[in-house]
Amino acid sequence: MHRNFIGATAMALALATTPLAAAELKVGSIVELSGPGAAAGVNFRDGVKMGFEEINAAGGVLGDPVRITEYDSQTDPQVSRAMVQKAIDDGVHVIAGTVFSSSTVVNMIVARRAGIPQFTGSEAPSITGMGNPYIFRSAFGSQKGIPKMARYMAEEMGVKKVAVVWANTEFGKGGYSAFKAEAANHGLEIVADIPTEQAQSDFSADVLKAKTSAADALFVYLTEEESARFLREARKQNIGKPMVGETTLIGHKVIELAGEAAEGAMGHVGLTPDADIPAMTDMVERFKKRFDYTPDHNAIKGFTTAHVIRCVAELVGSPDSQAIADKMHGLTLTVEECPGVLMDVSWDDTGEMSRESFFVEVKDGKQVVRAILPPN
Amino acid sequence: MAELIQILVSGLAAGSIYALAAVGFTLLWQASQTINFAQGEFVMLPAFFVLVGMNFLGLALWPAVFFALILSLLILGLAFKKLIVEPMLPHGTLPLVIATIALGLLMKESVKEFYGATAQPFPAVFPQKVYNVLGASVSVQDIGNLLVSMLAILGLQLFLSRTRTGRCMQASAQNPQVAEILGVDVKKMVLYTFLINAALATIASVLISPVYLAKFSNGETLGLVAFIAAIVGGFNQIRGALVGGLLIGVIDNLSAVYISAQYRSAVPMLLLIAIILFRPQGLLGTPEGRSV
Repeated sequence: MHRNFIGATAMALALATTPLAAAELKVGSIVELSGPGAAAGVNFRDGVKMGFEEINAAGGVLGDPVRITEYDSQTDPQVSRAMVQKAIDDGVHVIAGTVFSSSTVVNMIVARRAGIPQFTGSEAPSITGMGNPYIFRSAFGSQKGIPKMARYMAEEMGVKKVAVVWANTEFGKGGYSAFKAEAANHGLEIVADIPTEQAQSDFSADVLKAKTSAADALFVYLTEEESARFLREARKQNIGKPMVGETTLIGHKVIELAGEAAEGAMGHVGLTPDADIPAMTDMVERFKKRFDYTPDHNAIKGFTTAHVIRCVAELVGSPDSQAIADKMHGLTLTVEECPGVLMDVSWDDTGEMSRESFFVEVKDGKQVVRAILPPN
Repeated sequence: MAELIQILVSGLAAGSIYALAAVGFTLLWQASQTINFAQGEFVMLPAFFVLVGMNFLGLALWPAVFFALILSLLILGLAFKKLIVEPMLPHGTLPLVIATIALGLLMKESVKEFYGATAQPFPAVFPQKVYNVLGASVSVQDIGNLLVSMLAILGLQLFLSRTRTGRCMQASAQNPQVAEILGVDVKKMVLYTFLINAALATIASVLISPVYLAKFSNGETLGLVAFIAAIVGGFNQIRGALVGGLLIGVIDNLSAVYISAQYRSAVPMLLLIAIILFRPQGLLGTPEGRSV
């Protein structure tokens, strides 16, 4: 009798707790918290953290607080792969991260095999070109940004001849190839082709080549630190030509490193804390108060990722990984229905995203939006 | 013409800083027959001392540079000699060389751990003005780097050749036993050498960091280039290190513009091989004989 009572109680408890446990959304935040990618990774991590803190304070997802577990990829592709496996073993429903493309291309295979949707901060074109139904961008790939920029250079800035300065790495080759193709489409003639080496310190020869070329403007596609060194050298040599690039030329880290040398540099950014969007400005202020530093685009990616996960989980009505992944394909989230996305956003069948973006110029140490570019 | 002037100015400015680091190689070689493979990190570290002074202690730039100089003299001069060189030297040159490699790694990883893996902005020490000279843009920063480096090396040359202490240091380097018999305090002279090396590393660090930015890995390139410069110029001559540094700086820029940016770092290596094959003592070095 006594044994039957215990068994019945245990069964009743199990039945009572099962739906509750199933409703709790578990998110693995896997980012570069150490190593060379720490600046980007910490921003992304803090964005995710703040997003879910606010979501939990407002009642969580599906009536329960979201449980976030953080993992450090150490900016090492193999470690990131192991961390994704660990998160899956820990029972996460969704993964946020990683930011570095070289890690994401390796670890997304593990998440795909386990059927776990992964929201990456990476921007390499190849990531959404591999037919992975579980990968989703939090910012669009560089193959979507460069066409917008090339068009802006040709049509708005009136550039005819351009010098291309690019990092001779996988990252740089991707941007260089994309720009070369778009330059041909928009009638831009590449008059100087200047590859540089990884972690190059001295850019005096490269700046000189660009300066003495017949180019009307420069397209600079280097990493953030290299961009800062390039800009400093360009100022030293009084280059006198507009310099245009991607986020890596006019990001906040570059502005901090290059100082006054970044003034006048222009570029295309998917997200900017300096955008004149009230929801964005408000998010940036809350972030500054919470973490005591100014967020960059990676923090905004992390923050919007948290809100996308919330909205999609609520749309499907459960934290089911497969249902979330299925729902994401072809989804559009507007600010009205999901305010945390900050701007209307859509995903296609490959997980690539589409959203308005910005063409900015650095003025007084800040990104000033010159034009809002339509989604493509 | 303007292009050539630009290359020469940029090359000489960078080369003069390489020369400062290369002089460190020659000084320590003469003082203790040691090749300090942490020399690149010796140039990397003082920039972070300056940043600590400015960002943590609230000092202005020049007081922070003075603070960095004091720390460098204590850590890269005194402590390096007492804790690494003196205990290791009796075991021979090779263990000491390995110890300096380990020291370089320790310094690099410590900076990464303490200050982070990303580059840090470093304030300019010269006005950011640019002048037009025969069509070339010549910056005050490049001229300032060149002048300060030259003055530091020429000052060192004068100190070594024109002062009693300097001549005692040279005597200690050439033949410590005889110098000791003649009443020279050899240990003190060797210590001076280490302190001078630390001071030169600080100057190089403060000059190069506004361009390279302060980063834990800066020593890798600097150390290698300075090592090549010291061999090319002559490992046992300060003026050799000076010539080697300037030569490498100019050749690096010339090859990047006129040969290929991808192979620019190979050209100094080719020069190094040629020197080792045809003039092993370096351009201005003197042959050294050793009994085995």
